[in-house]
Amino acid sequence: MWMTELPPFVPFFLGALLLLGTRGMLRSAVMIAIPILGGMHLWMMPEGIHLQFAFLDYQLIPYRADKLSIMFGYVFHIAAFIGIVYSLHLRDTMQQVAAMLYAGSALGAVFAGDLLTLFVFWELLAFTSVFLIWARRTERSYHAGMRYLIIQVLSGVILLAGTLFYAAENKTLAFGYIGLDSIAGWLIFIAFGIKCAFPFAHNWLTDAYPEATVTGTVFLSAFTTKVAVYALARGYPGAEILVYIGAAMTCFPIFFAVIENDLRRVLAYSLINQVGFMVVGIGIGTALAINGAVSHAFNDVIFKGLLFMSMGAVLHMTGRMNGSDLGGLYKTMPKTTILCIVGAASISAFPLFSGFVSKSMVMTAALEEGFDWIWLMLLFASAGVFHHAGIKIPYFAFFAHDSGIRANDPPNNMVLAMAIAAALCIAIGIYPQALYSLLPYDTGYNPYDATHVLAQTQLLFFSALAFVWLNLRGMYPPELRSTHLDFDWVYRRAVPSVIQKMLSVIWQIDRGLRDALKLRLSSYLSYFAGKNDRLSILLSRNYPTGSMAMWVVVVLATYLLLSFIK
Amino acid sequence: MADEKKYLFDDPKNIKRLMRIFYVCCILLVILDFVIHRHTMHEWDKLWAFYPIYGFVGCVVLVIVASWMRTFLMRPEDYYDKPSTTESSKSASKHKNSNNELNTKGASHVDD
Repeated sequence: MWMTELPPFVPFFLGALLLLGTRGMLRSAVMIAIPILGGMHLWMMPEGIHLQFAFLDYQLIPYRADKLSIMFGYVFHIAAFIGIVYSLHLRDTMQQVAAMLYAGSALGAVFAGDLLTLFVFWELLAFTSVFLIWARRTERSYHAGMRYLIIQVLSGVILLAGTLFYAAENKTLAFGYIGLDSIAGWLIFIAFGIKCAFPFAHNWLTDAYPEATVTGTVFLSAFTTKVAVYALARGYPGAEILVYIGAAMTCFPIFFAVIENDLRRVLAYSLINQVGFMVVGIGIGTALAINGAVSHAFNDVIFKGLLFMSMGAVLHMTGRMNGSDLGGLYKTMPKTTILCIVGAASISAFPLFSGFVSKSMVMTAALEEGFDWIWLMLLFASAGVFHHAGIKIPYFAFFAHDSGIRANDPPNNMVLAMAIAAALCIAIGIYPQALYSLLPYDTGYNPYDATHVLAQTQLLFFSALAFVWLNLRGMYPPELRSTHLDFDWVYRRAVPSVIQKMLSVIWQIDRGLRDALKLRLSSYLSYFAGKNDRLSILLSRNYPTGSMAMWVVVVLATYLLLSFIK
Repeated sequence: MADEKKYLFDDPKNIKRLMRIFYVCCILLVILDFVIHRHTMHEWDKLWAFYPIYGFVGCVVLVIVASWMRTFLMRPEDYYDKPSTTESSKSASKHKNSNNELNTKGASHVDD
């Protein structure tokens, strides 16, 4: 008898409670056991609605499992497991509890069968994950976390507003296909879009992820954006606008990634680029495209986690993260170097690595549905992602000029976590059928045909050739210590400075008006004083008030005296 | 220094060897274009060596545009760390100077 009614987030929330009461080895054991037990629980669980109850007039479904949600459920368990192994060396209760709750919230969100439950977990995702940023305990991370939290909560509030509209229109809260033909649809779309890092709403990601802790970023990269991708895949498959938004997301971040110095921020930009592929897939909406989007989300969690882990290892061991400070680390960190290269090959979609078997589905679907220009943009983005994530990250961290840093490979648990992720990347790349069997649709797609392998290899090798050529010519932009302005400049600099300028203008006008009024008043006063002066000769000479008071006293005293005499 | 050990890429010969292998791979890939019959899905990828050319040109354009973006997007590292917003507008001209300084510094840093 299996407890099917137990939603997958419960073990993680209980686990977070257990962490508070345990210490040392026992705590590590609890942390490792939870994703494993949770994963087994998910494995044995059949599809269907497992938990529902009536709330006011609405039916709430906190636990609904179908192919789409189970797929995300698996990958979130894998991500949680890898992230936990990676952070076993930590002695920081705040981070460990926050990570556990965060993973649980993500699971809660993907198994939510109604919009209200989704909203609750949507906000929990924000409130639990922000502690992974604050746990860095620097002033920068504090401010970045605040901005992150404000934007995430804003997304939740918009989702709630959309949910209320939706409930009023449709008399149900069930979370299924929503579509874009009502206000509710658009509000929920915007809420999902903010979490999905749509253009102009993407800066919370590039701002906050690089400021989080070494281990925190690994968790962050796995959950928030993928929950948003899941939500879009359920609510808006086939919405054509997503194709254009997604294509923009694949292209613009690679320009920023090429010039960015902080290597974890480079990865944050490339995360947006990868999510762009998924968004395009959802927008196209055919079985193949949705499969592509979902499987790419699955793979991205693992290879992006691997890349963030390898960069985290560098940060952990050297205390530095800027490309300008690093280099030559392959000499003393060979394991990290090799594992990072596996991640880089996977994200670049080299044949036999995991990115190859999922990204190609989206691109094939784009061609099949006649999105030619979009296909060209995706092809450009594929070349670009190899350029910045595939080459730039390993090259500037581990090769390039020798920075003189001789840091060793990180603790064993970190290496092990990276090795697990790398093994998964290669395993999925070599045997994609295992992944395909989990997908929502059966399309019989085979990524390994000669044409496709050759085309992709040619594209990647010649992108690499471009890198080599530009480097030899000295045209490659050097890594510089710098900040690059992005859209967050608008709310971090432009709007505050406009408000400040507006206030200073208002103050100036205010002061000017007051000065004018004072001048007017004093001129009136002196005018009347002048008049008074002229009059004073005749009748009203100006006597001081004191003298008047004195004369009153004199008169009264005389009066008193007279009354006595009488 | 204790670190006199020679590593793989300290020897320029090894780099040359690696690069030679890489160039040979590139040439082979283009030649394979003629050998393997590709079932093309689109008129563009019927073109001769479409993917190699697109990959190469795409990346060169990407880097050139990104470098050009630096001219107006780059600010000093501590740009956002300065708390006051009024100063940022006043010292806009100063930023440019410090940018140039950084550029020269960074360039020499990479060359070494």
